[in-house]
Amino acid sequence: MAKNTQQRANVLQGTLDMLILRTLVYGSAHGHEIGKHIQRTTNDFLQMQHGSLYPALHRLEEKGWVVSKWETAPDRNREFKYYRLTDKGKKQLVLEESQWKQMADAVARVMWPATEEN
Amino acid sequence: MKWWQIKKRDADLERELRSDLELEAEEQQENGLSPEEARYAALRAFGNPTLIREHTRAVWSWNMLENLLRDLRISIRTLLRAPGFSVIAVLVIALCIGAATSLFTVVRSVLLRPLSFRDPGRLVTIYEHFRDPVFNAPGFNYNPVAPADFFDWRTQTHGFEDMAAWRWGQFNLTGEHGELPELVSAGGGSWNLFPLLGVPAAIGRTFIESEDRTDGNAVMLTWSLFERRFGGDQSIVGRQIHLDGKPYTVVGVLPKGFTYPDATMQVWVTYASGMPPAILQHHDFHFSHVVARSRPDVSLASALGQVEALQYRLHLQNMNAPVAEDVASKTLIQDLARDVKKPLILLLCAVACMLLIGCLNVANLMVARSAARQKEIAVRSALGARRATLIREQLMESLLVSIAGGVAGVLLSLAATKLLVNAWQDLPSAQSVHTDGVVLAFACALVFAAALLAGLLPAILSTGKGAIAALQASSRSTAGSRSRTALRKTLLTVEIAMTVVLLIAAGLLLKSFWRLRTTDVGCATDNVLTMSYSLPAKRYDSPEKVNVFNESLLEKVRAMPGVRAAALGSVMPGAGDRSSDSFTIPEHPRIASGTPLPDALYRRADPGYFSALQIPLLKGRFFTSDDRNDRPKTIVISQQLAQHYFPGEDPLGKRLHIVARGDADYEIVGVVADTLHQVGLPVRATMYLPIINGESDPGGVTLVVRTTSDPLASSVPVQKQIAELDPELPVSDVLTMQQIIEGSLRNASLSASLVLAFAVLSLILASIGLYGVLSYLTMQRIGEIGVRMALGAQREQVVRLMLGDGLRPAFYGLVLGLAVSAGAVRLIQSMLYGTRLLDPAIFAAVAATLLAVSVIACMVPAWRASRIDPMQALRTE
Repeated sequence: MAKNTQQRANVLQGTLDMLILRTLVYGSAHGHEIGKHIQRTTNDFLQMQHGSLYPALHRLEEKGWVVSKWETAPDRNREFKYYRLTDKGKKQLVLEESQWKQMADAVARVMWPATEEN
Repeated sequence: MKWWQIKKRDADLERELRSDLELEAEEQQENGLSPEEARYAALRAFGNPTLIREHTRAVWSWNMLENLLRDLRISIRTLLRAPGFSVIAVLVIALCIGAATSLFTVVRSVLLRPLSFRDPGRLVTIYEHFRDPVFNAPGFNYNPVAPADFFDWRTQTHGFEDMAAWRWGQFNLTGEHGELPELVSAGGGSWNLFPLLGVPAAIGRTFIESEDRTDGNAVMLTWSLFERRFGGDQSIVGRQIHLDGKPYTVVGVLPKGFTYPDATMQVWVTYASGMPPAILQHHDFHFSHVVARSRPDVSLASALGQVEALQYRLHLQNMNAPVAEDVASKTLIQDLARDVKKPLILLLCAVACMLLIGCLNVANLMVARSAARQKEIAVRSALGARRATLIREQLMESLLVSIAGGVAGVLLSLAATKLLVNAWQDLPSAQSVHTDGVVLAFACALVFAAALLAGLLPAILSTGKGAIAALQASSRSTAGSRSRTALRKTLLTVEIAMTVVLLIAAGLLLKSFWRLRTTDVGCATDNVLTMSYSLPAKRYDSPEKVNVFNESLLEKVRAMPGVRAAALGSVMPGAGDRSSDSFTIPEHPRIASGTPLPDALYRRADPGYFSALQIPLLKGRFFTSDDRNDRPKTIVISQQLAQHYFPGEDPLGKRLHIVARGDADYEIVGVVADTLHQVGLPVRATMYLPIINGESDPGGVTLVVRTTSDPLASSVPVQKQIAELDPELPVSDVLTMQQIIEGSLRNASLSASLVLAFAVLSLILASIGLYGVLSYLTMQRIGEIGVRMALGAQREQVVRLMLGDGLRPAFYGLVLGLAVSAGAVRLIQSMLYGTRLLDPAIFAAVAATLLAVSVIACMVPAWRASRIDPMQALRTE
């Protein structure tokens, strides 16, 4: 598990919301699952910090993009707080995704202009 | 999420974090760790759960309120833990806010909203204005309006909702049942005046149009006359009263608060009532005051423009008469504020200073407290409390103190306002002074301003340091916190400087008032009673009748027991200018035309006048009983006139030609000492003519009685003597000589004593501040003092050390205050009489007082420091 900390990155400011929303597209999940999923999908490159995960989840809930419910986990015989994407959340995801793409394209054009021309 | 679900939500978050943490631990365990190790690993991966919870809470929408409630709880607890501090701070704020609110109540009622009229902001007064300043009264651009002008304005312009006029008048009010006759001030108001002002009758009705005729005989009583003279008997409405012997029907009584234009007005008749019809046609008899109500849909400028255009046409049509070209206008509120404006503004400044001093004081106390709590704050910031949170908490404390002080202050001001209004009798519309929503809003604003002022500075400074530095500093308390001590001393210096400025202003005003009070008017002022009467020309139609009345009255009064002297005069010394005339001296070369003629006050006196008032004779003789009627005309002049117009020659035997009395010249038979016509103004040349000359003076005659004891006790017996001679003759202005002089000084006395009161309060506040700072310093230096004493320092040395520490800021403050005062006193220059701006006595007295008070305030903590037991001091270290 031990990795060079230099190669890990904190979740880019402002993209956490998008990542959470995207994760929830697969279905409802509780906080721990969401964190784990993001970490695992990026091969542990993105370190999820719980200190920012839970505030983000609650913020998304305040905005009405996700709803939460206490449900029993299928593999454990205990209740967890599951978050589910709302319709409003789906729209928000589309919006943030397109904004992110534009941003990434723009950054790419500045960073690698030659590649673009080829 | 609603605020009442906060608790549930908190539990929910707690549960969520716990379940996820447990899951993490379980997973770690599945990876092969022991349960104990798994729990620590999970915590490591998870981070600080408390911090996570705090951060999560921060995104909740009701978090703000929750924080506020928490701050409130903490603040109340910390304030209760230091009751001494809290009580002093609340008291200081209460005093300041109380004083400021009281004064604001008065200022608002007098300057900002003087009248209980309907929508007073739309009421304006309109005057005539001559382009040639010669026609306008000196320094006065607002001339009363001629009746014909007013009628034309009202009918021919349409910019105002309505226009009304009123004029001053005076009646002899006589009763049907032998009550004493009384001279009353009367207003003559056009029938629409009261509806225009929006004042309904309290009893009965106001005037109707058909009563506003020259033979109209409707009268309205003011509430004070109704209460005083008619005992508040409502059946007076519909009955008749006699004014100048003519019957008038009482149609209504005006409401209690109505004292327009001032409280002397006793009855109202209609505008035209009793006027010669011809006068109402004139464009050049200027005696009316015009009040207009502006229309919401027409701008004041254009409405006035219409009136102005019309007035210019009237001017062109009456080129030979004094008809003004322009009009001038001011709001009714400005019109009434008159001369109380200046003292009120001065007082507001004084109160603002005091408020600032109070806030600085509380700020100082807060700094002291935050010093005592240095460790707590350092620990909290080390544990992750944000600076903003700490500042917010301290602000909450000062807000709580200010609110408590504000509530106490408003209660205080309710009582103080009443006192203030009672003391200040010249205040226009004193009846309308009361506390209301706006005043409360003002008090609230003060509370928040005070909270910010007193809380922000110490809060920012006490939290600015890094946690480590603070912890280090507080672990070595012998060193003290130099920067904070410096801050406290700076605040104190400012506080003391402001106190000095206030004290000096108060001192100058008091001295000026004292100079006014003790001015020698030039005549007897103790045990002198005066009262005025005016013989109606109708019944006293020959000089003999007038002389007989006057002389037999004097004879009767002089025979009364307890009367030392009695005399008749026209205008008393100290009663103002009243009348003056220009004169020429036939013995002197003719004055070139174009230069103004010499001018002197015009007074009349009987042969006993000068000796009754103890005005010394300098040359020649007083009048005798032979100086009357058609005998050779004689005149007595004052010393000033003699010195100024007869320099180096003997005025006796010379003659004066009084221009307005054209027919003959008056031979100077005597020169008397000067008297002041008005306290506070320079002496003016005065000429005296015999009063026993058969003229029934329209200005009235004043009877002067010098008594052996309390002059007012003789007033009723003297009035009875007058009633015996003529039961229908009203007597007015029953005053002692002291009252005449003091009448003009009342405002000066009040502003001086109020400013002094504020200055003394400020001095008390400053000494509390001084005491507080030194107590705090002593506490901080206990260890150091302990060491010094253990090493052999004497108690006197310790006292001197501590005293020096406290007195230094006081001294700096004093010097700064004196320097600022030297400039600031210029602002009150016009309110001072006979007092130098940089009066060394006042400056020295203030400096001495301040130093003395400072020494006393510093002595207690310094003495306490010297009593410290070195062993104990070092042990508590």
